[in-house]
Amino acid sequence: MKERDLNQGRPSRIFDTANDSAPAATFSGNKALMLDEPLIFELGSSETCGVDIDAMEPVKSRLGGLERSQVIGLAGLSESETVRHYTRLSRQNYAIDLGLFPLGSCTMKHNPRLNEKMARIAGFSDIHPMQPISTVQGALELIDELAHWLKTLTGMPAVAMSPKAGAHGELCGILAIRAALEARGDAREVILVPESAHGTNPATAAFAGYRVEEIPATQGGRVDIDALAERLGPDVAGVMITNPNTCGLFEPDMRKISDLVHAAGGLVYCDGANFNAIVGRVRPGDLGIDAMHINLHKTFSTPHGGGGPGSGPVVLSEALAPYAPLPYVTQTDDFFQLVEEEQSLLSDSDTFGRMTAFHGQMGMFTRALSYIMSHGADGLKQVSEDAVLNANYILRSMDDLLDAPFGHSGPCMHEALFSDKGLADGFSTIDVSKGLIDEGYHPMTMYFPLVVHGAMLVEPTETESKDALDNFIGSFRTVVTKAKDGDKSLLSAPHFAPRARLDETAAARKPILVWNEPEATEAAE
Amino acid sequence: MRYLPLSDIDRGQMLSKIGVQSIDELFVDVPQEAQLTGPIRELPNHASEMAVERHFQALAAKNTVAGQVPFFIGAGAYRHHVPASVDHIIQRGEFLTAYTPYQPEIAQGTLQMLFEFQTQVARLLGTDVANASMYDGSTACWEAISMAGRITKKKKAIISSGVHPHYVSVANTMARFTGDELLTSLPSLDAPLNPEQELINQIDDDMSCVIVQYPDILGNINDLSAIANKAHDHKALLIAVVTEPVALGAIKSPGDMGADIVVGEGQSIGVGLQFGGPYVGLFGCKAKYVRQMPGRLCGETVDASGKRGFVLTLSTREQHIRRDKATSNICTNSGLCALAFSAHMTLLGEKGLRNLAMVNHAKAVKAADRLCAIEGVEMASGHFFNEFTLKLPRDARAIVQELADQNILAGVSLGRLYPKSEGLDNGLIIAVTETVQDEDIEALAAALEASLMGGLA
Amino acid sequence: MVRYYTEDHEWIEVEDGNAIVGITDYAQGQLGDVVFVETPTAETIFAKGDDAAVVESVKAASDVYSPVSGEVIKGNDALAEDPALVNSDPEGEGWFFKMTLSDSTELDALMDEDAYKEFIADL
Repeated sequence: MKERDLNQGRPSRIFDTANDSAPAATFSGNKALMLDEPLIFELGSSETCGVDIDAMEPVKSRLGGLERSQVIGLAGLSESETVRHYTRLSRQNYAIDLGLFPLGSCTMKHNPRLNEKMARIAGFSDIHPMQPISTVQGALELIDELAHWLKTLTGMPAVAMSPKAGAHGELCGILAIRAALEARGDAREVILVPESAHGTNPATAAFAGYRVEEIPATQGGRVDIDALAERLGPDVAGVMITNPNTCGLFEPDMRKISDLVHAAGGLVYCDGANFNAIVGRVRPGDLGIDAMHINLHKTFSTPHGGGGPGSGPVVLSEALAPYAPLPYVTQTDDFFQLVEEEQSLLSDSDTFGRMTAFHGQMGMFTRALSYIMSHGADGLKQVSEDAVLNANYILRSMDDLLDAPFGHSGPCMHEALFSDKGLADGFSTIDVSKGLIDEGYHPMTMYFPLVVHGAMLVEPTETESKDALDNFIGSFRTVVTKAKDGDKSLLSAPHFAPRARLDETAAARKPILVWNEPEATEAAE
Repeated sequence: MRYLPLSDIDRGQMLSKIGVQSIDELFVDVPQEAQLTGPIRELPNHASEMAVERHFQALAAKNTVAGQVPFFIGAGAYRHHVPASVDHIIQRGEFLTAYTPYQPEIAQGTLQMLFEFQTQVARLLGTDVANASMYDGSTACWEAISMAGRITKKKKAIISSGVHPHYVSVANTMARFTGDELLTSLPSLDAPLNPEQELINQIDDDMSCVIVQYPDILGNINDLSAIANKAHDHKALLIAVVTEPVALGAIKSPGDMGADIVVGEGQSIGVGLQFGGPYVGLFGCKAKYVRQMPGRLCGETVDASGKRGFVLTLSTREQHIRRDKATSNICTNSGLCALAFSAHMTLLGEKGLRNLAMVNHAKAVKAADRLCAIEGVEMASGHFFNEFTLKLPRDARAIVQELADQNILAGVSLGRLYPKSEGLDNGLIIAVTETVQDEDIEALAAALEASLMGGLA
Repeated sequence: MVRYYTEDHEWIEVEDGNAIVGITDYAQGQLGDVVFVETPTAETIFAKGDDAAVVESVKAASDVYSPVSGEVIKGNDALAEDPALVNSDPEGEGWFFKMTLSDSTELDALMDEDAYKEFIADL
């Protein structure tokens, strides 16, 4: 044998790590793939630039003496450093791409990559909102096509496409209601909202100038229809009802609620955040509603992006359609027109006005249409059925261990609701959440809806396999068992995340919202 | 169906675990008459990737792509070159498919990014603080007016004629329902140079705020110090709107000139045109007003082991806690666009942004000189950055269409933006960014010249 | 000097026709760490039960009601700098505002300390 073939002393066995303690710390502060990352202001400099900009001959300035003389204070990085910075940051995030994301009322489903590809076609991504109409016919046709799908899926005659997100859609619907009531000379001042409603509902009604009153829920987690009927009257402009509601239950009396509200002269807003439970199987239009927003970033899989952008088109009834916001798309023969201020002067439109600078979230329309076409009418029906099936599977795999306040009365829709009843003293929903983080999951929605104590709202969505659900259930049961047994390790969870629990009290008492140079901070103190 | 992993065998096993015979039993709460028995017949069934792509390509082919023609359109959205790495970064699944960072232990990536974004935005706008983004510039503008009302407890605001008319429309839509009084006016092609001067004379003690745009809709840039002082004399706030943030690489920030709230459209940096959205609203203000701000805020703190970390903070302002008493109903913001903005800004840095701004200005000056050399074309703007307004001898709408038919996207006619006002029909707003080449300017000049000659003949 | 309590967990201490108002120890315990307090400005007129102040923890914002009718003399400025006073000394340094009373008979409807103790024991 030759010396160089003798493995150079490299060990061929691994040591038993059980008896061997790991080092307490590393020089870098990193732990292998768990990499910390400074801020760009700590990494970069004002002289570094990651973009080569073609030089220009200088011209005589026409800036009128307003030239910037002070530094902006921006830090630059080269391209290689920039890519690394954001890649390292990205690894501190949980995401759908990493695993099941059981957030109730948020519909975190798989985001197909075809959608991303379609949105990036230059013919959609590189066109300007103020281009002459003749040069954007394909874009307007796409908007019209998506509008057709949304109208048909909901059974509603009209849709406003421009709202930028769910809450913006709610605002659109409420403004349309207000405009319609004012048009008939019937100013009303109150919007009724069930106590289980998402916070955006009362906030929207107040933002639109209405006073908000709450309607109680029944023991069964539904709108108390008797209380509602009693409250209706000439001062009530309308109701905002989420259906399926935030407890994950369908409001079986929706049609009756609509009829009651209409009989009292009001209008019905339906929050469509939970449309995923019924898409393709139930048309909200058949339930007598007047307006409903659709979160394209929930039901139709446009990415949440760490908190937006969203998109919230609003379907409208005949009663509200004339008041839809500008701009909107119309079609005459083969030509698509964009009705802006200019054209609305010519038409007899009663539009309540403009909600945003341009036409809405085109980049989300392309993604949503790509998703919708991929599924088709048959696939979308399967979507809601599988979403409901998955949620009920979780409900029935947990309800022997965890209190399901509405579980005894029947199935849930697309999300399963549990309460903190039965957890050991000193243990709360947040401890279950943080325990799930250690198990490798994003927690479910916690402490919402408010009508259930210590609520845990689990929405698996239809894009999870049975194996994925079984694994999640195994983790969920383990963590809940610990919380019931009073396992103290849960109180300091998560133990394996990039950060332990963060001090939110300190953050709120003395807010630090921007980075300041360390010298400057010291000098100020 | 490629996105649905359950097999029929899975479904059967799951139904029996649940204890029902069929999926229909899970929909018992839905009244029978409201349920469809099969797929909606008016709509087609599922399609393959290839079929979807084919359909989209056919639609896209009907649009004129900005990057393929001489292109001079601005007026609130600007075509800038976005480095390739920006798109790569926003497609990282951990950013793209993450949720709002309400669970900070597993969302430090998004949170740190937002903290960096807030710092970049505050520095650019010249404000003490900035939030984690709004939907877009126009909605941020109304939110600022609304916030000024909360701070000053007054309900009257005056909007400069230099503010983008769509932003004014958005504010008018909201004011109609909230009972705020807005004083607005139209720009003029004959004396457009400093609309702020006229505003100064109108400010009184009843006003909560004065809203100006910088650079304004016609491209003018004017010093805001005098109007800030006058507003403050009357206990009103100055709100400045920036629709072209690249300008702030070349000119003083509104905050430095005394603006109390600065809002902006961040689309120029990193986001791209996208036919109007999604964009990213910028929102900055003085530190003392932070509790009246709308939208999400990210703040620095430490974790249980003392390590620096970031959380969403001051949430009690927001709808999910304050409900009908919230500062705004906004929930979703524009997180991924904020990431695109922040990544592009990081690539540029101080030096790059300043260079980029100077290149924009130089190209705009060059284009202005060339176009104003055409007989009958007059410059209607005073000082400008990368956008200016020309006064043409006839209705600019027709000329824009004529040039579009020759595959030249010439700018935005004032007639389209201000359909109600006769005196503005001949105005054309031209934006010139770094993406414009000399031959584009030449093509525009030649076509405009030919069109005007034809028009005069 | 007499101290009264409301069912909404405010306390009010009256001396010579003027009063100091705050929230009870039980209330601060339920709220958790207080991060911000908005107190009323001098000369604000309240009817009994009006929204008078706001107290915030990280995840909750609660209105504090005026236990009686009257006019605000001053708010407790120390809370702006150190909202944690509400946790550490709710019924002392952590007071919210001082006010005059316009109708001292309104006090009759409030609870004394023993009654309040009994009240919270049942919650």
